Amino acid sequence: MTLFFAILFYLATALFVVGLAYKIYDFARTPAPLSIPTTPAPTTTTGVAFRMTREVVLFESLFKGNLWIWLFGWLFHMGLFLVLVRHLRYFIDPIPAWLLFFQPFGKYAAFMMIAGLGGLWARRFLVERIRYITTPSDHLWLALLIGIGISGAAMTFVSHVDVVAVKAFFLGLMVFEINPLPAHPALIIHLLLVALLLILFPFSKLLHAPGVFFSPTRNQADNPREKRHLAAWAAQIEKN
Amino acid sequence: MADLEFPIPKYRDYPEVPAIKAGAMAHSRPHVASEKIQEALGYQTKLAEDWQVTHDKAIGKFGELLGKYRSLKVFMDSCVHCGACTDKCHYFIGTNDPKNMPVARQELMRSVYRRYFTLAGKMFPSLVGAQDLTKELLDEWYTYFWQCSECRRCSVFCPYGIDTAEVTMAARNILDTVGYGQKYTNEILGKVNKIGNNLGLPGPALENTLEGLEEDLKEDTGFDIKYPLDVQGAEVLLVTPSADFFAEPHIESLIGYGKVFHAAGISWTLSSYASEAGNFGMFDGDYEMMRKVALRIRKAALELGVKRIVVGECGHAWRIAYAFWNTLSGLGAGANDPFAIELQKQLDPRYKQPSHICEFTWDLIQQGRLQFDKEANDHRIITFHDSCNVARASRMGDYPGGQFEIPRNIIKAVANKYVEMAPDTIREATFCCGGGGGILTDELVEARIKGAFPRMEALQQVVDQHGVNFMATICAICKAQFTKVLPYYGFNMRLVGGVHQLVSTAIRLGNEQ
Repeated sequence: MTLFFAILFYLATALFVVGLAYKIYDFARTPAPLSIPTTPAPTTTTGVAFRMTREVVLFESLFKGNLWIWLFGWLFHMGLFLVLVRHLRYFIDPIPAWLLFFQPFGKYAAFMMIAGLGGLWARRFLVERIRYITTPSDHLWLALLIGIGISGAAMTFVSHVDVVAVKAFFLGLMVFEINPLPAHPALIIHLLLVALLLILFPFSKLLHAPGVFFSPTRNQADNPREKRHLAAWAAQIEKN
Repeated sequence: MADLEFPIPKYRDYPEVPAIKAGAMAHSRPHVASEKIQEALGYQTKLAEDWQVTHDKAIGKFGELLGKYRSLKVFMDSCVHCGACTDKCHYFIGTNDPKNMPVARQELMRSVYRRYFTLAGKMFPSLVGAQDLTKELLDEWYTYFWQCSECRRCSVFCPYGIDTAEVTMAARNILDTVGYGQKYTNEILGKVNKIGNNLGLPGPALENTLEGLEEDLKEDTGFDIKYPLDVQGAEVLLVTPSADFFAEPHIESLIGYGKVFHAAGISWTLSSYASEAGNFGMFDGDYEMMRKVALRIRKAALELGVKRIVVGECGHAWRIAYAFWNTLSGLGAGANDPFAIELQKQLDPRYKQPSHICEFTWDLIQQGRLQFDKEANDHRIITFHDSCNVARASRMGDYPGGQFEIPRNIIKAVANKYVEMAPDTIREATFCCGGGGGILTDELVEARIKGAFPRMEALQQVVDQHGVNFMATICAICKAQFTKVLPYYGFNMRLVGGVHQLVSTAIRLGNEQ
């Protein structure tokens, strides 16, 4: 089983990294031929950085759009962020002081994450408009993420797993050594689902994560009278 | 007012989101462009007999656009179906058809994207909502992408900034390519390419119209207010929507522009070659078409030797002028082809190029070069309708949001009684008039009337509470659309007018000559 998980995680990580890198390259190489920020928009690059930060950290547009979705979405994403930071402890040795300080926040953030996901999922059943636009994969993603959250939280709050051994396993993977992984049902479910998430990420709507940074309506400065935006293919037309 | 086969939507007691009515607008279809219209634009003249040919051509064009437009590519990949946009579109609020929810409109295209351009859609189509492009689906594109006014309201609220306008433009571009163009838009593009304006008004007719206007104004005001045409060496070239030349209430604003130039003593001219600010090339997202129309203005500016270019009251035209002209025709800073360089040398760098007529007038007001008798507007209780392309796709002045403040500042400088409509219906959250983006055609009257519903609801509130009797706006399409739909909601069609119509009423023209 240890060997299976070792191979699975090498594979999943490779697919995740290569797939995501390819999509980011694909977004980056595709030109934005016209200036299309949704206005009012910042007129400078610094202003754009602030707008993007507000968008990514606070979900500003969503806040303006729908408070319920904002609440659940923000709870889930911030919970996930805290949980992910806490998980760094399984990949860094020794654990730095700031990460130790982070431990309790990361621990209870699991509930934030699960609550947020629960709220988002409930809306998919309860709100007619959202039920209409929901595809089967939307449900499956929520199931997967909640599965990851619950199986993870179960190891912290219900039935402990030998975390020292888990850490040894992942630290080992990073230097191509295979150390035994504890056989704990919650851990097995947790890792299987995480590997699945990593594999599917580059092929799914989870691409909204890199996508938001490339969204021309949000990442362009509003300066078309001062600065010319010209894509390579459009410049080619001018030569004709 | 013709009898309608559908009921006008009823105002809501409080703004709850309507329940969905699947297929409520499935019958809505604009007239298809004739072979002649398509041919004039260089598009395929009609759908191929063999569906496979159309199918392959559509998918091929889709792939091409995905490689050319980052917006389309990122927007196809990024939607998570969160639902924030579902209650934001005026066409959804007015028709309750779920396919008028922005996300569902996009899904018509995204489902095809997934099927042909993603691994998940190729392998598990039903799981991820992917579908083959069929004739039925293409028909549905035609139905629902011609119920989008490209107003960008949904993009304000999307956590990833997904702009349905970009998706609609791409879909229409594909439809044009396979010979499934829309008559209204493409016919007008043919006219502007051939004659120079959307109305197909030839130079001599324009000259006549302007002379008549000068005579009328002389009679009304006693002043020689001029409407110069093709005057070499004028300071300002005014490019305005051709509707301003004779449609009501548009012409009232044209009168206002002329009075501003007259009172400020600035020489100006119109161009018979570039007698149109509108550029319907944007509606179908056809870059080359849009560029072709935009180049007419550059050519006119060069030939006339003007120092400044000012754009009249028109929403999408201002978007193109402000945001796209520099890119399309080098009218602005940074272009390095010989014509653009010549134009840059010629234009006065002290002014923003191009300027909106409201920026122009507001600058003069701030310099104290215009005087007003505000009481002349006292019979009006005024509100302002932000036009979508001005509000969400452009700017005026030096700071973000100037596009909201400057027109309001002008109104407040020329009139005493001004009130705002509800905050969630103005500024960046403004509702489209229901006729923008190529929808302003008779056969789409149901979508237009129902699409105007959220704006009519907000207007009714200020009419009831404050007695508003004038809704000012700075868009030729808004003016035409409201003139048509206001009566269906029980308003006088003369309730809508331009900002420069108010300027015209109050401006002091100086001593009688």
